[in-house]
Amino acid sequence: MKQKHGFQRKQLAIPYAIFLLLFVILPLLVVVFYAFTNEDGHFSLANYVAFFRSGKTVGTLLYSIVIALVTTVICLLIAYPTAYVLSKTGLKSGDALLLLFVLPMWINFTLRITALKEILTLIEGNLAFHPFANTIICMVYDFLPFMIMPLYNTLTKLDDSFIEAAQDLGAKKHHVFLKVILPLSVPGIVSGVTMVFLPSMTNYVVLDMVYNSTFIMGSLIGSYFSAYDWHNGSVISIILLLIICLITALSSRYTEGETDGRVGAMK
Amino acid sequence: MKKAIRNIWIWLVLAFLYAPILILAFYSFTSATMIGTVREFSLENYKTLFTTPELTGMIIGTLILAVGVALLSTLLGTVGAIGSFYSHKRVRKAIELSNQVPVVNADVVTGFSVCILMIVIFHVRKDTFLPLVIGQTALCVPFVYLSVIPRLKKMDHNLYEAAMDLGCTQAQALWKVTIPQIVPGITSGFMTAITLSLDDYFIATYTKPATFDTISTYVVNATKGSQTSIKTALWALSTIIFVVVVLIVVLANRVGNKEESR
Repeated sequence: MKQKHGFQRKQLAIPYAIFLLLFVILPLLVVVFYAFTNEDGHFSLANYVAFFRSGKTVGTLLYSIVIALVTTVICLLIAYPTAYVLSKTGLKSGDALLLLFVLPMWINFTLRITALKEILTLIEGNLAFHPFANTIICMVYDFLPFMIMPLYNTLTKLDDSFIEAAQDLGAKKHHVFLKVILPLSVPGIVSGVTMVFLPSMTNYVVLDMVYNSTFIMGSLIGSYFSAYDWHNGSVISIILLLIICLITALSSRYTEGETDGRVGAMK
Repeated sequence: MKKAIRNIWIWLVLAFLYAPILILAFYSFTSATMIGTVREFSLENYKTLFTTPELTGMIIGTLILAVGVALLSTLLGTVGAIGSFYSHKRVRKAIELSNQVPVVNADVVTGFSVCILMIVIFHVRKDTFLPLVIGQTALCVPFVYLSVIPRLKKMDHNLYEAAMDLGCTQAQALWKVTIPQIVPGITSGFMTAITLSLDDYFIATYTKPATFDTISTYVVNATKGSQTSIKTALWALSTIIFVVVVLIVVLANRVGNKEESR
């Protein structure tokens, strides 16, 4: 400020800016380059044509969207009442209880899935009978804490005077919920949905661990990666990136000021 | 009545979340090789866990990696956040936009893109650990940045000016006034970075040396048919991690509560 020479605070941004440029932006540009070129390095859309012509890849895309949708909806149906009850238990004990629900987040997810797989095998005998149901159970188990947290944060901030006003004006219970509480909790729902939908679309490890086989979008990258097929792997990345951009653009309207649930989870 | 329904619901959800971990923990103390079979009490799994070089090496490697990545991320993210906070608005917007990329991006894509850049374009050898460390750091720094920025916004900026008026250099004022005020943000960023690194599977598979395994990559391979002794030793690992996480959360909360009541 007053000093013209020497150290200035804003210069501290330089190392991080360089890091971001080199290891966040540049990799994306490389992926874009690979996705739109063929082996000879010429511009080509053939990879995309191949992707949308192949029943296997399009099927995988649709299947992972279905898995992600069902997982998200079930997580929401379980998490919403849970977060609601927690938010009504009073500030101190509510926060302590919340901790119980988000604690599994910090246990390595592969170990948690191993545990769940053992239990499911015990109950069902053979996991092969209900592949879809088991996939969903594992996914919900993995992602439920990520849905509860943002919902709880929104619901505790909810101003009770709105609810009281609605009641005073004669609204019935379900009206109060549908017309006051639900609309006011939209930011929490949206950030919870984004935290669950995207990862469950790409988390092929869960399926891989339970069935040794994978039909989820992310697994395509995995298989192209093991075949050193950078071009097709990049195509999948680009398709995933487009979906991510779409969801982020849609959700950013509702979640002003909300940050990713993974931030500040640990006190 | 209503209260009873609420309680039942809460207990059901808790049971869903904890039953698998707790049941596995119970069986980790027996010689059973399958859940549901009754066997005698045994610490064999814990012995295997701590005496098999393959397992101990993998656990220690994962921990060293997580601490290393978290330290690097915390340094880079904290310094970056301070710098960006005092930068021109346009610079700050650009940094914040790029910072958001790894946060919203699928980890598969982050790992794959770092892998292409480092290994295919730069020809960095995987067994140098460089791609792995950079990949995980690229995932973690943005979260450190996001937990430091709110602290900078809440900080009392007059103190910095006062320190300068009293003769501090910019660097001294930064170190003695700014940093102490944002410590909570730095620690929470560090903790987030550690947990992200420990939980990461995708970036590790794409960038790790072939001979090195993190807990995540090891467990995934182990579930695909391997020795039973290794499989049940992982039950012991799961139990230990559970206990450690519970202890850390309880401790962190105690400290957090004390700070709030001060």
